[in-house]
Amino acid sequence: MLKKSENFLVIAVLLVYILHQDIWFWNTAKPFFFGFMPIGLFYHVCFSLVASVIMCLLVKHCWPEYLEKEVDDIEHNHLPDSKPQD
Amino acid sequence: MIPTIVIFSYLALVLYIGIFAFKRSSKRSGAEDFFLASRSLGPYVFLFSLFGTNMTAFTILGASGHAFNHGIVTYGLMASSSALIIPLTLFFIGTRTWFLGKKYGFMTPVQMFRDRWECRHIGTVIFVAQACFLIPYIIIAVMGGGATFYSISGGIIPFWLGGGIVAVVVTSYVFFGGMRGTAWVNTFQTTLFLGFGGLALYVISLGIGGFDNVINNIADSPTLSSLLTRENVSPLIFFSYTFIPLSSIAFPHIGIFCLTAKKVTQFKKTVIFYPLCILAIWLPCVLLGVVANGLTDSPKIQEKQQAREFLSSSEMPLSINDQKKFQQQMAADDIIPILLKRYAPLWLAGILGAGILAAVMASDSQILALSTMFTEDIFAFYGGKLRFGEVVQVQTGRLFIALITLVAYVVALNLPASIFGLAVQYAFSGYAALFPLLVGALFWKGSTSWGALASTIWAISSVIALAIFQSVFPAPVSSPYIIWSVEGLDVIVRTPGGTTILGFLPVVPMTLISAGLMAGVSLLTKKPSLNTINRYFFNESSMQKTT
Repeated sequence: MLKKSENFLVIAVLLVYILHQDIWFWNTAKPFFFGFMPIGLFYHVCFSLVASVIMCLLVKHCWPEYLEKEVDDIEHNHLPDSKPQD
Repeated sequence: MIPTIVIFSYLALVLYIGIFAFKRSSKRSGAEDFFLASRSLGPYVFLFSLFGTNMTAFTILGASGHAFNHGIVTYGLMASSSALIIPLTLFFIGTRTWFLGKKYGFMTPVQMFRDRWECRHIGTVIFVAQACFLIPYIIIAVMGGGATFYSISGGIIPFWLGGGIVAVVVTSYVFFGGMRGTAWVNTFQTTLFLGFGGLALYVISLGIGGFDNVINNIADSPTLSSLLTRENVSPLIFFSYTFIPLSSIAFPHIGIFCLTAKKVTQFKKTVIFYPLCILAIWLPCVLLGVVANGLTDSPKIQEKQQAREFLSSSEMPLSINDQKKFQQQMAADDIIPILLKRYAPLWLAGILGAGILAAVMASDSQILALSTMFTEDIFAFYGGKLRFGEVVQVQTGRLFIALITLVAYVVALNLPASIFGLAVQYAFSGYAALFPLLVGALFWKGSTSWGALASTIWAISSVIALAIFQSVFPAPVSSPYIIWSVEGLDVIVRTPGGTTILGFLPVVPMTLISAGLMAGVSLLTKKPSLNTINRYFFNESSMQKTT
């Protein structure tokens, strides 16, 4: 069962994925941001920054810590786990 | 001459880093140290080397060339989609691959697939698919090295010598340093080309007196203004490009790289900073490519623009030779070297040229991955390790590295680059079609080896079918033509840039059908034993409580 914050982040990721398809600036170049950057490019620069923020939230709220702990336990207890057979 | 000296100094430094890593790793021995740096990479080396492994010659040279001819859409097509999708795949798939590698000792994705689905030869089929899609990258990197040397030295260093020098340098540090050498060199190179973009942008901006006027001139020009919008690309094709970054985690060199982290927490910085690294490299490349269109006083740029305009406005059919001639003229992968030659001082052009070479040399991880796959998935799996021991296995890996680079070099000298450029394009779609294998193995208890086999055979055959199709139906000069339509609905259309299926790029149906085959065939076939499934799908919440 997903936690509330995890549900929120799943929706956020889907929303950001949809926002990549920015048809609203398709045929427009102006305004130019900083005097030279067309709006279609500026939008996707911002999109990259938003992607980084989303990753930050995923790391903070959905990080699979159990993976690290499981490996730590194996190393700490020196338990040789079953390896695949060739 | 000065840029050539700077580049040689750079290559010497790269060699030193690789050999230094060899001295460190010689204290340890064994396959895991050579192929995976003993799974010990720290956070920054892991971030930069993983990012550097994903950034090839196509990023700096190809992105600016694409932006020159297609405009700002390049960033949305290739960069911002990767900025979201690649970190997501690292977060969900990379971390789990790392965990399983650490827990069960896997060194390649195929080892994991064989264990997960209790199969033997189906794993070998997956190996063949992965290897076939990877080889064109290695060949094209040797070609890129030759072309870069030739361009920067002003023709003093011929193509064969430049390609040979790059091949020898890459082979040397991969041969001696293994994964540790490759990771350190990649970290150094990534730092260099992360700085490259910003520096090139600044120098060229100063040289032309700022971008504002140039961009305004482009906006006012009826033939160039579309480069500042996305009107030449359909929204469905734009959407299709979000499937391409799925290929990244399915690349064996990226999958293997995920196993080198010391701790899973090392993925945190990589996942967060990956979109920012993409921004730092792609934005300058795309901007410079677009801005170059406004610098019409350069004869080389004028020639490219004239060829492009002729091709897009030509209503008369051209012969294949004429078409190729104009396409070669409009190709703009050399646009940044052209700008640098014109606007950067000589010594700086050398440093920036080294930055370009750093991207070209990103093939090191692919060579090492191919060697790891061969020694683990074939040599060790079919009894070589048991029979001859681990030392011979590492020596075999080293020999394989030298051989594969030699073969790539010989092929690069004898066949035209365009063939491998196309093969690389197909390979992206092929790897994206292999993505469902990872999802099935890691997230679906019901997946089976037969489902994986169906998916893999589909990936291989669809790539071959696409290649044959596009050679039988040559690309149109300007207007697309319909190959197959059903009651007014255009199903298959041949376009100047490739093929569309129901308006989408082939990568979309290839990936979706692959996923469908994985699901459908798995449902009909026998699952692995409960014991194996339980080793992969443990109860996460109970584990969190006990720890």
